[in-house]
Amino acid sequence: MKAQASEPHGVAVRIAACGKTFGDGTRALEPVSLDIARGETMVLLGPSGCGKTTLLRMVAGLERPDAAGRIFFNDADVTDVPIEQRKVGMVFQSYALFPNMNVAENIAYGLKFRGGSAQERKARVAELVALTGIEGLEHRRIDQLSGGQRQRVALARAVAVRPSVLLLDEPLTALDAALRERLRSDLNQLLRTLGITAIYVTHDQAEAMALGDRIVVMRKGAIAQVGAPRDIYFTPANRFVAEFVGAANILEGVSGAGALTLRGGRLAIEKTSVKGPSLAMVRPESIAIVAAENASLTGEVTSVSFTGDRQRLTISGAAERPIMVDIPNTLMVKAGDRVGLSVDPSAIRLLPKGEA
Amino acid sequence: MRDRLIFAGQLLFTLLVAAFLIVPAALSMLAGVTTNYFRGISSGFTLQWIVQVWDLYADTIGRSFLIAGATLVVTLLIGIPAAYGLHVRGGRLARAIEEIITLPLAIPGLAIALALLLTYNGFSDFRRSWLFILAGHVVFTLPFMVRSVMAIFSAIDVKTLDESASSLGASPLRRFLDVIVPNARPGILAGSLMVVTLSLGEFNLTWMLHTPLTKTLPVGLADSYASMRLEVASAYTLVFFFMIIPLLIAMQMFATWGEASGVRK
Repeated sequence: MKAQASEPHGVAVRIAACGKTFGDGTRALEPVSLDIARGETMVLLGPSGCGKTTLLRMVAGLERPDAAGRIFFNDADVTDVPIEQRKVGMVFQSYALFPNMNVAENIAYGLKFRGGSAQERKARVAELVALTGIEGLEHRRIDQLSGGQRQRVALARAVAVRPSVLLLDEPLTALDAALRERLRSDLNQLLRTLGITAIYVTHDQAEAMALGDRIVVMRKGAIAQVGAPRDIYFTPANRFVAEFVGAANILEGVSGAGALTLRGGRLAIEKTSVKGPSLAMVRPESIAIVAAENASLTGEVTSVSFTGDRQRLTISGAAERPIMVDIPNTLMVKAGDRVGLSVDPSAIRLLPKGEA
Repeated sequence: MRDRLIFAGQLLFTLLVAAFLIVPAALSMLAGVTTNYFRGISSGFTLQWIVQVWDLYADTIGRSFLIAGATLVVTLLIGIPAAYGLHVRGGRLARAIEEIITLPLAIPGLAIALALLLTYNGFSDFRRSWLFILAGHVVFTLPFMVRSVMAIFSAIDVKTLDESASSLGASPLRRFLDVIVPNARPGILAGSLMVVTLSLGEFNLTWMLHTPLTKTLPVGLADSYASMRLEVASAYTLVFFFMIIPLLIAMQMFATWGEASGVRK
């Protein structure tokens, strides 16, 4: 794909108190409010059934929010505008390419409804074919394409109409892992190139980190946290976010006097007003292995798994639950070793208690 | 050796079944060109019965094709949108409606005819025209069209196709014509084939609904069997065959061609 960074495109999207209750009374989404800036890529991340797809479909116009909810594109209220007039571009998980049309016809389909001469449409199709790197496939039938090619055609078709917001519903989920990773970086580059407002739904946290300017972590029909990928990763708002995004050690201990007391010792923490039983989160890569003799927290290595780029240790005895520690792949540690654990106080994040 | 024996046995069985189906039809057609069937083939061959049938019943043939064609048009116009609506809407109401549409399959044709007669007897112009038979045929064949189109709809995830067309700016009508109908083509062709065949061969309903001036091919056949020489009825069967078989073959070829050039999963 040819990249050429461009100005922000599209509209700012404002979701105001949009909830969704289905006909049978099940609540798919609590009323949520969210502002998405012009040109921003916002990722909706969460496990299945968290309401992320429902929220996306509301912005698309495929679902109607409950009575009080409104959706704005810039300052225009589009809540009552049907999808075909919202000028959105949408990529579906199954791609939903039209089997009765070839690749070029698929990409050109939306252009018919946006005016312009046949000449202009042809030029636009050629432009997108080049942009998404599917040259030579224009006259292929849809069933002659591989999964990755279909994904690109779906993307080209959605982008062709110069949408005011691009909506992507798990666009990489249907692909195998290796291809997914490659297309993810292509997609990232394309979104930067286009500079278009985009809402991207996924359950894959690595995808969310790589693509999102900001991430909305959702859970059980509500927003758990909104923030940039770094904020979400390093300062999760609660235990759910900590565990859903990346690997996390959740430590149950007692805090006070600048330290968190655990079963196997103490960890120095930053000054906090929290006293008594607390919940803290530490990422596996934030923990370093030191000699047991001069460490304030010790435990026993119960397993070592070597993954090539690093190795992950499981350490028991230090806290209530085994602690995961990522160490460099050159360090020699074996199961049964007694080790000390050291953590930079700034890498320990205290979490609110009382949540599952 | 053993395989050979099994093969021979299977072949014999297949040929017997084929003969069981073909021999009566062949005998009947043979009778249609025999001068006197009771005296057998020795009485000689003639085309006089066929000429007689043509003179007496040519209009029923034309009418049968007219009704079959009209039935097809009506079931297409009602059936495809109905199948689309039922599929997209889903839910309990849609299932109930689907069941109701399918009901005529379970009810004897005579009962449907009786109901139609009771309902429309007062409208004497309608009652006397071929349109009355058309109404009966539509009631009877509609479920086949709806079912076969709905089957293809669930096979191709038509709901998402519809949504993606709508996201690109297509109005409901454009979506229906550009995306839904072309992708449902194999189902529509299969349904059409069924509707035309059923309409052409329909007897139960038609026999109750017809008037002396609105006989169809099968009704004419029954009529000739009841009131004329066996040779005439047989000649009628012959005519029936020669009219229907090429049509069915043509439609089957058309359907196969349509599927080959249409959607492939």
